[in-house]
Amino acid sequence: MAENGIGARVRRKEDARFLVGKSTYTDDINRPGQAHAVFVRSPHAHATIKKVDISKALKAPGVVAVLTGANMLADKVNGLPAGWQIHSKDGSPMNEPPHIPLAPDKARYVGDHIAVVIAETRNQARDAAELVDVSYEPLKAVVNVAEADKGGAPQVHDQAPGNLCYDWHLGDKAAVDAALAKAAHVVKLDLVNNRLVPNAIEPRAGIGEYDAATDRYTLYTSSQNPHVIRLLMGAFVLGIPEHKLRVVSPDVGGGFGSKIFHYAEEAVLTWAAKKVGRPVKWTAERSESFLCDAHGRDHATHVELALDKDHKFTALKVSTKAAMGAYLSTFAPAIPTWLYGTLLAGVYTTPAVYVETKALFTNTSAVDAYRGAGRPEACYLLERVVERAAWQLGIDPVELRRKNVIPASAMPYQTPVALQYDCGDFGKNLNDAAKVVDWAGFAKRREESKKRGQLRGIGISHYIEACGIAPSAVVGALGGRAGLYESAEVRFHPTGSVTVFTGSHPHGQSNETTFAQIVADKLGIPIENVEIVHGDTDRIPFGMGTYGSRSLAVGGSALVKAIDKVIAKGKKIAAHQLEASEADIEFKDGVFRVAGTDKQKAIGEIALSAYVPHNFPHETTEPGLDESAFYDPKNFTFPSGCHIAEVEVDPETGTTKVLRFVAVDDFGNIINPMIVEGQVHGGITQGIGQALTENCVYDAQSGQLLTGSFMDYCMPKADDVPSFEVSTNVVPCTHNPLGVKGCGEAGTIGAAAAVINALLDALKPLGVKEFDMPASPHRVWQAIQNASRKAAD
Amino acid sequence: MAISVSMTVNGKAVSAPVEERTLLVHYLRDHLGLTGTHVGCDTSQCGACVVHVDGKSVKSCTVLAVQAQGAPVTTIEGLAKDGKLHPMQEAFRENHGLQCGFCTPGMVMSALDLVKNNPSPSESEIRHHLEGNICRCTGYHNIVKSIAAGAKAMGGR
Repeated sequence: MAENGIGARVRRKEDARFLVGKSTYTDDINRPGQAHAVFVRSPHAHATIKKVDISKALKAPGVVAVLTGANMLADKVNGLPAGWQIHSKDGSPMNEPPHIPLAPDKARYVGDHIAVVIAETRNQARDAAELVDVSYEPLKAVVNVAEADKGGAPQVHDQAPGNLCYDWHLGDKAAVDAALAKAAHVVKLDLVNNRLVPNAIEPRAGIGEYDAATDRYTLYTSSQNPHVIRLLMGAFVLGIPEHKLRVVSPDVGGGFGSKIFHYAEEAVLTWAAKKVGRPVKWTAERSESFLCDAHGRDHATHVELALDKDHKFTALKVSTKAAMGAYLSTFAPAIPTWLYGTLLAGVYTTPAVYVETKALFTNTSAVDAYRGAGRPEACYLLERVVERAAWQLGIDPVELRRKNVIPASAMPYQTPVALQYDCGDFGKNLNDAAKVVDWAGFAKRREESKKRGQLRGIGISHYIEACGIAPSAVVGALGGRAGLYESAEVRFHPTGSVTVFTGSHPHGQSNETTFAQIVADKLGIPIENVEIVHGDTDRIPFGMGTYGSRSLAVGGSALVKAIDKVIAKGKKIAAHQLEASEADIEFKDGVFRVAGTDKQKAIGEIALSAYVPHNFPHETTEPGLDESAFYDPKNFTFPSGCHIAEVEVDPETGTTKVLRFVAVDDFGNIINPMIVEGQVHGGITQGIGQALTENCVYDAQSGQLLTGSFMDYCMPKADDVPSFEVSTNVVPCTHNPLGVKGCGEAGTIGAAAAVINALLDALKPLGVKEFDMPASPHRVWQAIQNASRKAAD
Repeated sequence: MAISVSMTVNGKAVSAPVEERTLLVHYLRDHLGLTGTHVGCDTSQCGACVVHVDGKSVKSCTVLAVQAQGAPVTTIEGLAKDGKLHPMQEAFRENHGLQCGFCTPGMVMSALDLVKNNPSPSESEIRHHLEGNICRCTGYHNIVKSIAAGAKAMGGR
C-alpha cells in the first residue's frame, strides 16, 4: 500500500481551509452590487390567497422590488418538476400538481412562498417584508398522513382527489396471502416512522446573478448536485439553456439529502436577478429551514410476517402510507417505493414479499430523501417485526436471524422484490457484532444495571441497503427521469501535477482526500500534486452529484476509468519513446517500463512530452494528457451490516441512555478507514437522534409547525451518544472497478431499529410492547405508566 | 442610523460604521470579511458562531456588535500563527474531528474555552461542555477525541 494511496488513513486535504476559517460557503460569497432577498411566507397551513398588496412595502427604505406569484405567471415561469414518475397499481401515472415557486393562488403549508422582497440590505428587506399585506381565506388543513387518507379530509390539491399521489405496489400478493393463510405463526405490527428535519448546520443560501452583456445567468447555491439544479431549473422552470446558465455549489455545510432537491428559492433568485438587474442574495434563517427544507420519513405502516413451524420466514406483507407534503419534491415519489419496497427482503430468505405504498399529500413541507431515504424505513420495520417475532415465539433474536439469513454461498441472490444482491456475508456481520458486544454476557450486565435500579436492554439491527445509485437503464424503467451515472476528468498538467474534475459533490464526505488517494495510488504521483475540483457547472464536464452513498462507487469508478485512459495513452507515448511495442509497456508506481528491461520513463516525463511533443507518436496520438470518462453502474451496490445497541432506561424518569453501540459493516473495499469510521459515527448519531430525541410535529388543527427551532426540535448533542465501537467486514463489490459499496448512509439505516429494539428489550419486564419513536423521557415514562395501568386492570 | 463600532479583532484594531442592531457575528462577517464565524441557527443553540470576547467564549449571534465596543475579540482566523495551526486545530485535523466544516470554528473556539478552565477534561466533561454546540456530521466521536488530544497537546495531562 502506498503511503497515501488506497487503504491509508490519510489526513484530509480539505481541512487546511476549514480549520482556519477560510472555507467558502455560499453565504460567505458577496457579489458586486448585490441586493438582498427576504421571502414572505404563508402563516397558514392552507389558505386561498385573495390579494397580495405590495404598495406599502414598495415605499419602504431601500426596497428594490417586490415580486409575487402573479409576476411569475406573467413571465410564464413553470412549476418545479418531480424527477421520478411512479405508476399506481392500476397503471395510472402519479398525480403531479403544479408547484409554481411563488404560490399564485393558494398557500398549502406554513412557510409556503408568497412573495419576495428585494432591498439594499437584508434588514431593509426584512422590514419591508413585514409591510406586504396578504389577504388570506384560511381553509382546513390536514398534516397527518393517516388522516389525509380518510374520506372527508381537507383536499390539498383539487387535482388530487383523496389527497392521493399514487397507490403503488410491488411483489406477489397472491403468494404472500397464501403463505400468510397457512403460516404456523403470524406476527403483526403497526408502526409510525416519525417525521424528521435533516438540519444540515449550514442553512440553505443562494445568489442569483444575470449578466445582460452575455445574456448569462449564474446561481450560487448550497446544493449537493449543481448540474442537476442546472438541468431542472434551466430546462423545466425558467427555460434557460445550459450554455447560458452556470450553477456553482462551493463549500456546502452538510446536506444529508436535503440539498439534493431543486427548491423554489433557487428559481426565484435566478429569475429575480434578471428582473432587477442585480445579483440577489438570500440566506435561510434556521426557522425557514425548518419550515421549507424537505423533511424525511413520515410513514404509517402495517406489517405482517409469516413463519412456518420451524421459524423460517415464509412471507412478508407491508402496507404503508407515506406523506409527500404539500408539493412533490425532486426525488420524493421514489423514496417510499423503489428505495423502500425493494429492500424489504432485507438480509433474509423470505421467499414472498408484497408491499403497497399509498403516497398522500399533506399541508406540510415536502418529504423527500433524508440520509438513507427509504432504506432506514425498510430496515426499521423489518428489524422491529423480526424482533417482535423472536419475542412472541420465545426465541433468541440472534438465533432467529441466523436461521433466516441469506448465506454467503447463495450469492448472487435474487430477492422477491426486484433487487439482485451481488455479494455479502450477512451471517458474519451478525456473528462478529454479537461477539464484539459479548451477547452471551448480556444477562450479567442486565443484572448489574438492575442493582442500580436501571433497566438494561439490548437490540439488534441487521441491515442491507442498496447504494451506488444507480444503473441508468434500471432507473429509467422504474420511472426515473434522469440517468444516474457520474463523470470525471483527469487533467495531467505539463509539469506533473493533476487536477481532477468530478461531478460528485462533497459536503463532508471528504472526496478531496479519497479521490486524491485514488489518483496518487493509480498514477504513482505524490498526493500533494493532486487537486480535486467539484461544484461548478462551468468547470466540471457533467455530474449527477452526491447522495445515495454514490460518490465513491459511481464517481470514484468514473475517476478510475479516466485514469485508465491516461495510462493507456501514456503507454502509447512511452512505447514510441522507448522504441518498443505498446503491448510490451508495463505501468507501475508511476513508471512506464519495457517489460523485462530497465528501459523506462516516469509518468512526469511522459506528461511533459505530451505537451512538448517533440519526440511523440503524432501519427497515432494527439498531444495533451487530459482524459474524461462517464461511468454508469452495472448494479446497485449492497452495503450490509449488523448494529447492536445497549441501552439503560431509568424507570423513574423515562430517560434512555445508549451505553454502547457496536457496528460491524461491510462497505466493500475501503479507500480511507479514518473517513469511513467518521461517516459511520455521524450516521449512527442521526439514527440515534431519530430513535431518542428528534420528532417533527405539526399541530393537527392549525397545521402550524410546533418544532420549528433547535429549542423545540431536539438535535442529538455530544452527551446524548456514547463513543462508538465500529469495525468492518470487507466483501468487495463484484461489479465496480474499486470493489467499493459506499458508507454514507449505513449508520442511519441501522441505528434506529437497534436502539428501539434495545429499549423494548429493557421495558419487556414492565410489559411494554408497543412503542413509536422518539424515545423521549416523557414518551417512555408514559409507555411505562400505560403498561403498569394495563397490568393493574 | 449608523454608529461607529471599534474593537480589536485578532490583535488588529478595527472600526466600522454599522446599524445599531448589528449583531457581532454580522459585524465580523459583513464588515470585516471574517467569514470563518458561521450562523447556523437563530436561537443560540448551534454554537457555529462562537468567538472569544475579552477572553470569554460567546455566541456572536446573540451579542450586539456595540456590546463588544473596545474589547479584544478572537475568531477562528486568529488562532493559527505564522502559518502553523494552533494545537487544538491540529488535533481536529489529526483526529478527523470535522467533516463539512461548518460547525468546526465554533467547536474549536468552544473547546479552547473548556481547556482554559479545565486543562485535562475527561470524556464526559468534554461531552457535557459541548451542550451548546451542534454537529450534524461527526456524531461527536472524533470531536471528543480531538478535544482530548488538543488539551493534551496544550499541556494538559
